[in-house]
Order: sequence, then structure tokens, then C-alpha cells
Amino acid sequence: MKNKESSFRIIDALLLILTFIPFLCGIVLYIMFTPVSDDIEISGARIYFTINMPLQNLPITESQVNSWLVIIAIFFLCLFMTHGLSATQPTRRQHILEMIVEATENLVLDNMGEYFRDFAPFVGAVMGLSVFSSLLTLIGLYPPTSDFNVVFGWALLVFILITHYKMKCGPVHYLKSFGDPVPFLAPLNVISEVATPISMAFRHYGNVLSGTVISLLVATGLQGLTKMILGNISGFFGEFPFLQIGIPALLSVYFDIFSGCLQAFIFAMLTMLYIANGFPADDYRERQNKKGFKLQEN
Amino acid sequence: MIELAIGIILGCCALGAGMAMIAGIGPGIGEGNAVASACEAIGRQPECRSTVTTTMLMGCAVAETTGLYALVIAILLLFVAPGRFVNILINTMSNLG
Repeated sequence: MKNKESSFRIIDALLLILTFIPFLCGIVLYIMFTPVSDDIEISGARIYFTINMPLQNLPITESQVNSWLVIIAIFFLCLFMTHGLSATQPTRRQHILEMIVEATENLVLDNMGEYFRDFAPFVGAVMGLSVFSSLLTLIGLYPPTSDFNVVFGWALLVFILITHYKMKCGPVHYLKSFGDPVPFLAPLNVISEVATPISMAFRHYGNVLSGTVISLLVATGLQGLTKMILGNISGFFGEFPFLQIGIPALLSVYFDIFSGCLQAFIFAMLTMLYIANGFPADDYRERQNKKGFKLQEN
Repeated sequence: MIELAIGIILGCCALGAGMAMIAGIGPGIGEGNAVASACEAIGRQPECRSTVTTTMLMGCAVAETTGLYALVIAILLLFVAPGRFVNILINTMSNLG
């Protein structure tokens, strides 16, 4: 009995360590590939290395690497949280986990209805990935969500899902839905259809990127101000960064924590709303009823 | 000559970025309206507080979109466009000889 207990503890600790190792790897990679300089630099994701491809070279950027690190970390976190589940003696972490799962399922049920009940894992995954990616700024790594390509990939996935559920009544019904109020408005409907993934991606990426840029500008401004005030004093006090302590952290609370979590929530919420609204529920039910009726006749 | 051209490019990019951010007026007014209405709703029915707050945050985020488009364009103009335009200019100059 005691032996089993200790092996349980060892696996627990191993999983917890494996959760944090990806972040450590990210920091090491960042330090290795960042050139030392005092200037501020606002640029896109750094390119770690390039793979030669027949058509075009494939650059492996910071955002790709960091999002994979986040995925691995979430994977091990899930394993850690679900380790040792029991129906009779739930542990503390099981209670937390059940709370999260129930909240997600209720959210999906409230916003999408009974038919989309199975969407809870997908929505939870999107939300978790987005939150963890945005919060990477807290440990000084480049957040993958401030790269347009990453977020546009997610938005494209959501767009494919939306189109799939719009096509549930067949392609003819889907094409008809473009001329919905009056047929000559069809071009506008096509534009609004295409604008969906673009606006979703821009909203998420713009918020995270603007937070990064504004925090960086404020930090640099404060650095200049400190130099102006204390620059004449020589020695230790001349280089003491007294304005940079604390003030950027307040901005970070809003831009990194609040904005990151809010954007993740909004991305998941819009995913749910678009998919649920795009699905022609009444027509689909009618169609299913007709099919059932025909089967009964035969 | 080429210094003047580069100067014009940099200055116009900065001006354009500033002008693009005029679009920030719209989301400001819109979000202000949304929050004002939410405050009224909470004042009238304090028990709906959580639902109203969630809906308000959601609406604010959607209303923010146009401002963010402007912001993205401003960031592109400030950090991406100058280098690209200067490259184009230099290439054209070297092609002309």
C-alpha cells in the first residue's frame, strides 16, 4: 500500500515538472537567439531557423515554437489534473477540474443549445489555448496570439466549422441563404461571410499586439524620464530605475492579464454564437422529419 | 535628393499612422454608450448584474473592432511600411541608374 502511494507521488511530481519544462525551454531558446542590445525593438516574431523546401523556404518562427510549447504544457497539465481521479474520494484538484468542466458545459449549453452539447471540449480547448498563449507575456516570452498568422489559423478553423454547419441542409440551401432578404443583396452577404474570420482574427491579435506595443512604449518613456531626472547624479543612484518599478506592472495587469483572458473568452463566445446562428435549425429538423417519414412509408 | 525622398516617406508614414488613429473616436463613443446603458440596467435590476456585465464586455469587444482595424494599419505604417517603401525607392533608383 505504501509503495503504491509513493509511486503515485513520483508520477505526480514528474507530470508537474513536465508541465513547466516547455516554458523553461522557451526561455532558454529566447535567451539564446536574442542579440544583446539596449535599443527597443518592435518587430514580428523572430525566426529561429529555416527549413529548406522545394518551393519556398519554411521559416520556423518564435510564435510557432511558443504555441507548440503551450500545447505540450497544456497536455501535461491535463494529465496532471486528471491523475488519480476517483468517484468515491475526490481530491482537491478533481473538484477544481469538475468546476471548470461544468462551467464550460453550461456556457456551451446556454449559448448553443442542446444540439451542440458535444462542442464543450472544442470551446474549452480554444479558450485554454488562447489564455495560455496570451499569458506567456508574463514570463517574458513572445505571445503567439500577437502573431496574425496563428490567430488567423484558428479563425479559419472556426470558419470551416461554420460553413460545415451551414451546409447541413445541403449545398443548395447554403447557396440560397446568401440571397436571404432580397437576392440583389447577395454580394454584401458574401462580403460579410468572408469578413467573419478576418474580423475575428484581427480583434484577437490587435488587442494582444496593442498591449505589447503600448507597454513597451511606456516602459521606454519611463526609462527616458528617469535618465532625465537622475542622469546628473553619478554612481549607483544615477542608474537606479526608480520610475520603472511598479508602473509598467499596473499596465501589465490590464493589458496582459485582463485583456488576454477577455479576448480568449470573446473568441470562444463568438465561435459558439457564429456556429449556432449559422446552423439552420428549423429547416434541418423539417428535413430530418421528412426523411424519417419517407423511411416509414417504405 | 534621395535623402529628401526618404524623409518624405518617413514623414508621410508617421502622418498616416496618426490620421488612421482618428478612427479611435468611434469605438470610444460606442463603448461609452454601451457602458452607460449597462450601468442603467444594473441600477434598475441589480440582480441581473453578472449577465449584464458579460453582455456588455462582449458588446464592447465587438464595438472595438473598427478601432483595432485602425490600430493595425497604424502599426503597419509605423513599423513595416517605411522599410518596405524605402527598399522600393532604392531598387527603383538603382534600376534607373
